Amino acid sequence: MTARLLAWLPNPILQVLHGTGSALFLLVRSLRHLPSLPRQFGRFIEQCHLIGYTTMPIVGILSFFIGSVLALQSGHAGENVGYKQFIGALVGLTMARELGPVMAAVLLAGRVGSAIAAELASMKVYQEVDALETMNIPPERMLVLPRLAAVLTMMPVLTIMADLVGWFGGAIVAQYTHFISIEPASYFANLRQYMDFSDVLNGLIKAEIFGFTVVLVCCHIGLNTRGGPREIGASVTRAVVTSLILILVLDFFVTKALM
Amino acid sequence: MPAANSNSPLPGAAPAVGVKVEGLAKRFGTFEVLRGVSFTVQPGEIFVLMGPSGSGKSVLLKHLVGLERPSAGRTLVASHDGADPATRERVRMALVFQAGALFNSLSVYDNLALYPREHRLGDEAAIRDRVMRALQILSLENAVHKLPAELSGGMRKRVAIARALVMEPQLLLYDEPTSELDPVMSATITEIIATLRQRYQVTSIVVSHDRDLALSIADRVGILMGGQLVFLGPPADLRQPTDPRVADFLNPRIDLEHPRFKHLET
Repeated sequence: MTARLLAWLPNPILQVLHGTGSALFLLVRSLRHLPSLPRQFGRFIEQCHLIGYTTMPIVGILSFFIGSVLALQSGHAGENVGYKQFIGALVGLTMARELGPVMAAVLLAGRVGSAIAAELASMKVYQEVDALETMNIPPERMLVLPRLAAVLTMMPVLTIMADLVGWFGGAIVAQYTHFISIEPASYFANLRQYMDFSDVLNGLIKAEIFGFTVVLVCCHIGLNTRGGPREIGASVTRAVVTSLILILVLDFFVTKALM
Repeated sequence: MPAANSNSPLPGAAPAVGVKVEGLAKRFGTFEVLRGVSFTVQPGEIFVLMGPSGSGKSVLLKHLVGLERPSAGRTLVASHDGADPATRERVRMALVFQAGALFNSLSVYDNLALYPREHRLGDEAAIRDRVMRALQILSLENAVHKLPAELSGGMRKRVAIARALVMEPQLLLYDEPTSELDPVMSATITEIIATLRQRYQVTSIVVSHDRDLALSIADRVGILMGGQLVFLGPPADLRQPTDPRVADFLNPRIDLEHPRFKHLET
C-alpha cells in the first residue's frame, strides 16, 4: 500500500524523501559510535580547527559589514520617521536572533560544507571509503561523528562572534555617519534595554540546528557520490545548494517554533 | 582483539579460511553482471579468477568482503555469510584494491597504522613494530614518510599489499594486482603473492587477466565470461584449453583483416 502510494509521487519529491531518510540513517549510524568520541579527540580538535578557527575571519568580515549596513539602512529610513534612537536595539536584535546564526551557517555551508563534500566524495570515488569498510572501520565513526561533534562545539563560538562584530559594526556606523550620529554609549544602552540573554540563546539554538544540518547533509552527499571527478564537483554543488535551501527553510520553522 | 596479537608474526596468527560461492547472481538495473557463479576455494589456496574486462570479476570480489549484496545466491567465508557485516568482525579479510585505495591525506606509515590504531591493537610502539615489519617484508622501509601521491604505480601496489598484511588477514583478496605495471614489476608482485602464501598460508584470491601470474602461481584458476564461470581447474589444464572462448581469451590472435572490435556488441 505504502509502496503504491509512493509510486504515485513525483520523482523530485521521492528524491527529497529518499535523501532525508538516508541522511537520518547516516545520523543514527554515526550516533551509535558516540562512545568512541573521547578516543577520537585528535580528529575532533582537527575538525574544530577547520570548521571553527579557519571560518572565523570571513565570519568577522561579513558580520561587521552586515551590522554596519543594518545601522546605515535603519538610520536612513528612521531619520524621517524618528526612530533613529532605536538603532541599537534594531541591530542588536536582528544580529542576535536572525542574521548572526543565518550568516554563520551560510558561510559554513560555502566554506566548510563544500570542503567536507569534496573530501568525502573524493574518498568515496577513489575507494578509500570502501577500504575503510573492508578494514572494519565504520566510515561514519571516523569521518562523520568528529565533524558533527565539532560543528556543535564551534557554531556557538562563530555565532557569538558574528553577533559581537555585527553590533560593533553597527555602533561605528551609527557614530560616524552624519545623519545618524549616535554615541556608542546610547547605542549600546538602547541595545541592552530591548535585548536579553534569551534573544542570544534563541540565535544560538538556531545556529546549532543549521550547522548540524549543513554538516550532516554535506557528509551524506559526499559519502553517496558515485562515478568520477565530474561527480565530485556535482556533489559539492548539490551539497552547498541543498544546505543553503535547508538553512532558509529551517530558519522559518525554527523561528516560528521558538516564538 | 587482545593487544598480545601485535607481537605475533605477520599473517598466519589465525588459521586460513575457505571460501564458498553458491549460485551468485548480481544485477545492476536490467544488466546481469553475474549469472549463477559457484566455486569453492580451499584454505591456504591461491585461486586466480580471470576473465575479460567487464566480466564481473571485481564485482564478485566485492561480494566476498560485503561491499556488494547479491541479487541471488550467496558467498560464504569460513561458513559465514559474506554479505553480513558481522563476518568482517569474525574473519579478518583484506582487499588489495586495483588502484590501491590508499588514504591520500595520510603518509605510508599512517596508512598502515590506521587499522591497528582504530582497532586498538597495542600501544604506539607495538603498532610501529607491526607496521615496520610489514614494510620490511615488501622492502618499503624508505617510503615510510612518503605520501601516496609521491609513489610510483608499483610502490603504490606494494604499499596496498603491506596495508593488507598489517591486518594479519586470514583471507587476502587482490583486485588486478599487476594491472598498469611493467612486466618486471608484474613479476615482482606475482612473487610477493606467492611468497606471502608460502610463508603465512593465507588464502589468496587474485582477480587478474595476467596469464603469466595465473600459470605460474595459481593452485586453481577460474575463468569468468559474461557473468558465468566457463573454466575451473588447475592451471595445467589451461595450456591446451578445449573451450574455444577460453583458448581465444588466453591466446588472442591479432587479425588485421577481420579486427574483432568491429564485431563487438555496443
